[in-house]
Amino acid sequence: MELFTQIVQQFINGLSLGGIYALIALGYTMVYGIVKLINFAHGDILMVGAYISYFVLTTFGFNPWSLAAAFLLAVVGSVLLGVSIEATCYRPLRNSPRINALITAIGVSIFLENLPRVFPFIGSDYRNLAVPAFFDNITFGDITIIPIKLITLVVTLVLMGLLILVVDYSKSGKAMRAVSYDMGASALMGISVNRTVSFTFALGSALAGAGGVLYILNFPQLDTYMGIMPGLKAFVAAVLGGIGSIPGAMVGGLILGLAETFTTGFISSDLTGAVVFGILILILMFKPSGIMGVHTKEKV
Amino acid sequence: MRIFKNLSLLGGLGIGLFVILWALISTNVIDDYSLQILCMAGLNIMVGLSLNLISGYTGQLALGHAGFLAIGAYSTGILLIAHVPLPLAIFSGALITAAFGFLIGFPALRLRGDYLAIVTLGVGEIVRVLIINLGDLTGGASGLRNIPGFAQNIMVNNPAAFLWIFPAMFLSVALVANLIQSSHGRTLISIREDEVASQAMGVNIFGMKLMSFTVSAFIAGLAGALYAPFIGYLAPGGFDFLRSVFFVIVVVLGGMGSLTGTVLSGLGLTFLQEALRSNAKAWGTAVTGLFGGGNAINLDPMSQVLFGLILVLLMIFRPEGLLGTKELRLTQMFRRGAR
Repeated sequence: MELFTQIVQQFINGLSLGGIYALIALGYTMVYGIVKLINFAHGDILMVGAYISYFVLTTFGFNPWSLAAAFLLAVVGSVLLGVSIEATCYRPLRNSPRINALITAIGVSIFLENLPRVFPFIGSDYRNLAVPAFFDNITFGDITIIPIKLITLVVTLVLMGLLILVVDYSKSGKAMRAVSYDMGASALMGISVNRTVSFTFALGSALAGAGGVLYILNFPQLDTYMGIMPGLKAFVAAVLGGIGSIPGAMVGGLILGLAETFTTGFISSDLTGAVVFGILILILMFKPSGIMGVHTKEKV
Repeated sequence: MRIFKNLSLLGGLGIGLFVILWALISTNVIDDYSLQILCMAGLNIMVGLSLNLISGYTGQLALGHAGFLAIGAYSTGILLIAHVPLPLAIFSGALITAAFGFLIGFPALRLRGDYLAIVTLGVGEIVRVLIINLGDLTGGASGLRNIPGFAQNIMVNNPAAFLWIFPAMFLSVALVANLIQSSHGRTLISIREDEVASQAMGVNIFGMKLMSFTVSAFIAGLAGALYAPFIGYLAPGGFDFLRSVFFVIVVVLGGMGSLTGTVLSGLGLTFLQEALRSNAKAWGTAVTGLFGGGNAINLDPMSQVLFGLILVLLMIFRPEGLLGTKELRLTQMFRRGAR
């Protein structure tokens, strides 16, 4: 019974963490789907979202209004950052070899991670956010659910639902799908490729910003390198689900969150990084197209 | 005849440079501090060369060379602490790294482009995590201490290190340069230029990539093996992703596919990084003063900010790096001189 309780407990924690990874992974997968670029700076957008919400929440304290404001400002800030990164750094390289764009993304990433450390109001020290318990723990027999985990899960599910609505039913979403299918042909059909790519970065960055807020509510410690690990894990999630596939990123994120909490709970929290990258190497060796990805053949 | 000329020129240049540098060191024109940075630059150049071989010439971007460096350094460090003779320990460190590269290359090199980059990044991270978790063997997170140096007397460790590092660096340059000139090297370049066409011409792509990757791991491991007795203390934090990115910057700035470029940018970036690091505090205080005091501005991350900027600007404005694929060729220089 003891073991069963522990498994259920870890399962709930894993779903909640996996939801955050899924949000970030969606940004990777959409961007990769459309410009074939691993946006290394995506994790750092999460960091920026987290810092924005941190400043809002420490200034105004915790109440529903400040939470909403933190959420909104983090999303807006992340969107502005993501779109301007794309316009200044990635757009000039859209027709260069993919490796060049990847190297640029690494450059943007280490720039974003280190520049804020220079400013005294952010600095290089860890900052802690005192997150209150929003309401009492919910208990079912031996199983306790911590409210923030539940909130995280609900928020991520709502955001994913919204994303599906946007991608499947809006005009911009349709343009996104068209451009990711064939950029040249959609340009010929009168779709503005630049605007669509910007829109994709905006959507992805919005989710990363939202993910950043949820991330610090769950793990309330900030520094400017905080985006690296969740970013890499979410990337693994995107690959696991099949890069370019939106439902794939969601499934991949959840699986990765579960894998991580179970590793922490039953083996050792030190090994989560090794397990995550082990998963990546295995999936790339045996099914590089991922769970829901489409297998692409190389054309000459 | 041409090979003989090549080798004698290369050897002559190496011995000449060595004699000059050694004269400067023994007359104390290059002081102990500069010598230490010079040795560090030598090691960085070696890793840069090894990364250029796989990324610049073979076209397979690898982001985990800090992991190779770590394996070489830790194996040699552990062997030295176990009283294995220095030359044997260094050579074993490089060989262990090469074997590791071979084993990793087997699954990883089936992947292409950005997937390979991510997997090598992942391998580098796994190496670091394992080093932290191996406990007494590697000293865990607190690091491996008291590694015997090149010299018994710690005061002359840096000159002793130079006696090892300079020849090792020079031989690495010669090894990579000759490999690139050989038919194997041409094959590697053909893989970079067009994998499918190269395969159609009958090139065993996987085998060649694996060869390139293993040689690359060997050189990076050798640099690591020399690093352990040079510094005497290894901490896993020093072998993180940022370290791997530093080597990428060395290669990209010098030019992917230019050995001369790697040597120059390896030297330049090591000194730049050190200059920024050692001046960060003073400049930070000065800048804080400009803004009328208050919270101290921390300029330690300055070099990373600058490196990020260098990468982005290079890729946008000069993706071929400073030298592109140009080389300083000794034979050409002398032939031109004769005319």
